[in-house]
Amino acid sequence: MIALILRDLRIAIRAGGGFGLSLAFFFIIVIFFPFAIGSNLDLLSNVAPGVLWVGALLACLLSIERIFALDFEDGTLDLLVTSPLPLEGVVISKAFVHWLTTGLPLVCLTPFLGVLLGLQNSSVIFLIISLLFGTPALSIIGTFGAALTAGMKRGGLLLSILVLPLYIPTLIFGAEAARRGIEGFETQTSILLLLGVTLLSWAILPFAAASALKINLR
Amino acid sequence: MSFWEYANPVKFLKLSGTLLPYFSILAAITIISGIAWGFLFTPDDYKQGATVKILYVHVPSAFVAINAWFMMLVASIIWLIRRHHVSALAAKAAAPIGIAMTIIGLITGALWGQPMWGTWWEWDPKLTSFLILFLFYLGYIVLWAAVEDPDTAADLTSILCIVGSVFAVLSRYATVFWNQGLHQDASLSIDKEEHVADVFYYPLIVVMTGFVLLFITLVLLNTRSEIMKRRAGAIIARGKI
Repeated sequence: MIALILRDLRIAIRAGGGFGLSLAFFFIIVIFFPFAIGSNLDLLSNVAPGVLWVGALLACLLSIERIFALDFEDGTLDLLVTSPLPLEGVVISKAFVHWLTTGLPLVCLTPFLGVLLGLQNSSVIFLIISLLFGTPALSIIGTFGAALTAGMKRGGLLLSILVLPLYIPTLIFGAEAARRGIEGFETQTSILLLLGVTLLSWAILPFAAASALKINLR
Repeated sequence: MSFWEYANPVKFLKLSGTLLPYFSILAAITIISGIAWGFLFTPDDYKQGATVKILYVHVPSAFVAINAWFMMLVASIIWLIRRHHVSALAAKAAAPIGIAMTIIGLITGALWGQPMWGTWWEWDPKLTSFLILFLFYLGYIVLWAAVEDPDTAADLTSILCIVGSVFAVLSRYATVFWNQGLHQDASLSIDKEEHVADVFYYPLIVVMTGFVLLFITLVLLNTRSEIMKRRAGAIIARGKI
């Protein structure tokens, strides 16, 4: 499992495997919002949590198609299925690598984008916390979607229709936690609920994704 | 004789063929009489006037929209465990009906909301969760359409249906939480079931029964045509060899 994680990490970083791509996409989406709704910093800081959360969702969506597509094409996935590692373990390591290469950099980029959107330093912390707890859920849900569409030629658009509804609870709790924190309300409930969604997704979705992969490889 | 006998497509076709006329006639009678009763023979609400009568379409369609998803969930689980093709096809057959009922619920709700609440749309938990339900139906139908091999499609959509159910329930509670965070506007989300007086309640029950019967009729009809489509496909495939 560790070997698989290292291998995927190496591919992601070295071969230009879309590592920076979703990050750049996130960056561009967020800086396009001021162009679209005006440069009023008060207005921007009001919508900032929502903008950053939707940006993170879209950036994740952009990269999940690659999770299984390449391995499916060159047959690596067949080897992984026959290997002693259970398929659930493969799914978990794939999702973990996806989070390391997409979710974590997004979280690191957030403070800088927060400045661009006129957020106070004290508010950015809430955004970072909510994204840090929420992005793992985005990764594993995305991996499940990728497993469902692994066998398809043009799964990209289909994938977004399948995955986005599943993102709704994460988005609601995550953006709610950030917004409450910024407005100075208590955030504990929403952060705990967000964490609950994340942990639940990591608990059940590896099994669902593994069975979907088995069906697609039949 | 067991219930599982009807997993055999031939037996299912025979049984559903004999049942179909009864169900459709019963559905027509109950819906027409219930709506006529509700529209013509109940008083106007003292606050809402005649608009209250949209209740007789709105509530039953919403009720069927939610329960169609549960029926799909049960059928999907049966398919995954016992591999009865009829079950998978019944789940597939229910999805378009469910999405149609969701749309009817949303539209009648908007038509009702405009004169009563002064707005076509309000981000109230109930409305929001119906919109989310619509998205889940959409994903399910699109996945069925996208996979070519019927067995693979049945398997994948069943998994999606199960996972989707978990997330749909989560979303349902998330919207309640989210809306409370925004504003406390309890006047909009009065529980319609509890506050309805008996005069409105009895015709409503009749129409709801009618909608359930209509749902059963349509699912049977759709499942039958799916089975026949599958057969026609098999015949064509045999002809090519």
